[in-house]
Amino acid sequence: MNLIESVPPADASETVAVRLRVNGTNYGLRLDPRTSLLNLLRENLDLPGTKKGCDHGQCGACTVIVNGRRINSCLTLAVIYDGSEITTVEGLANGDELHPLQSAFVRHEGFQCGYCTSGQLCSAVAMIQEVDQGTASHVTADVRKSGNVVLTDEEIRERMSGNICRCGAYPGIVAAIREVTQQSSQRGV
Amino acid sequence: MNPFAYTRATNQQAAIQAIMQQNAKFIAGGTNLLDLMKENVEQPARLIDINRLELTQIAERRDGGLRLGALAKNSDTANHQLVRERYPLVTQAILAGASAQLRNAATNGGNLMQRTRCYYFYDTVMPCNKRDPGSGCGALEGFSRIHAIFGTSPLCIATHPSDMCVALAALDAVVQVEGPQGPRSIPFAEFHRLPGDTPQIDTNLRRDELITAIDLPATANSFADHSYYLKVRDRASYAFALVSVAAALDIRNGVIQEARVAMGGVAHKPWRATKAESALKGQRPEERIFRIAADAEMQTALGTEHNRFKIELGRRAIVRALTIAANNA
Repeated sequence: MNLIESVPPADASETVAVRLRVNGTNYGLRLDPRTSLLNLLRENLDLPGTKKGCDHGQCGACTVIVNGRRINSCLTLAVIYDGSEITTVEGLANGDELHPLQSAFVRHEGFQCGYCTSGQLCSAVAMIQEVDQGTASHVTADVRKSGNVVLTDEEIRERMSGNICRCGAYPGIVAAIREVTQQSSQRGV
Repeated sequence: MNPFAYTRATNQQAAIQAIMQQNAKFIAGGTNLLDLMKENVEQPARLIDINRLELTQIAERRDGGLRLGALAKNSDTANHQLVRERYPLVTQAILAGASAQLRNAATNGGNLMQRTRCYYFYDTVMPCNKRDPGSGCGALEGFSRIHAIFGTSPLCIATHPSDMCVALAALDAVVQVEGPQGPRSIPFAEFHRLPGDTPQIDTNLRRDELITAIDLPATANSFADHSYYLKVRDRASYAFALVSVAAALDIRNGVIQEARVAMGGVAHKPWRATKAESALKGQRPEERIFRIAADAEMQTALGTEHNRFKIELGRRAIVRALTIAANNA
């Protein structure tokens, strides 16, 4: 257990005890309640892989996976997620072995400047799980029909629309996700 | 962001007790409130975290309707099997809004409590009667492209930003709330307000009340075969509606038995297009009738220099949403 205390600013209110498990490591924290999950990760836990883009939930650069779901870490208070399990981009690879999506992003040039990439990766990992669970999207033709989702490029684009890439690497991002999902469906995963 | 005291409510009673303290606010998903706090538009002294309350269930009611827990996530609501099968309009509307990340954090109750995305409301340097009553309205003299064309007042032309609420308005949902005096039910049409003389008050929820659930009536199930949520926006996804239309038809023997039409992006609240509904009832579901219905509603709209386009856009959106709804099955 790593014990970390954020230094409260002079005008702060009482700090709050929070326990989190991030990329498999347990943390016991005392936080100013204003601390966003994003700032906690970057500034207190030394996990700067998660990026601050707009800080207003409009770009997706800060996407992390909390209890299996992707959320914008900028628009949440860390204290709300007391007891949660969090995966950031630093937790996707297995040691030196990249996550299949990371390798696919490299192969398909799914980035240019790379600033949005950690958010894109976390978002895509969770998106693939959502697809496996049969969730509908805005472009799903008939939401009343349940069952397997056919992950067309249109579906990938809609489901990834919460992650903006200002370099416009979208074709590469879509290709990388398409490749990984097709491989896993061929393996029957 | 201003400092605030943070407490976690462990039960409804404690939450309602806590909210009675001065300048206290509930926080659930936080996707709108925290954004507003970062901009100093909202400056609560105390946040009551209600995420631990047991209000996440989505369950069938004894009368055949469906109860959506106030703390059920938007994403879970949209993808709940019974919502998808019986109230596909709700699923479509939720999935048309925001992004997957935001829908994963945002709750149903919070969706109802969203505040306008009017840029003058967000910009604390500008006058805004909603944020600072009596200071004036930046939008009336400024850029009003995204603003309201129905039910405006000389004090405010802001719109309500929700997609989900437009579907809930169309289906006559009922909001269940709990306060110090006990529970009460608020019909959806009476939940949100028009700006009038008090644009700072968005809803008829009292300050010390907690939304506990949203009920979808069993009768709204009759629209499941013929409903559609059409959203028109500046880009294909992840943007607020310029105009949206929730259309729901109960068609039997080739005749519209009952019609529901509600619009988003056009008013301070989800706008029930009752004039269009009246024009549809008892008619055959055909384009000529849809045009008459759209004209009946939109002729009462009033645009500004910048948002006048919404009147023709709204007319066409109503016709298109009804056409798609009628042809579903």
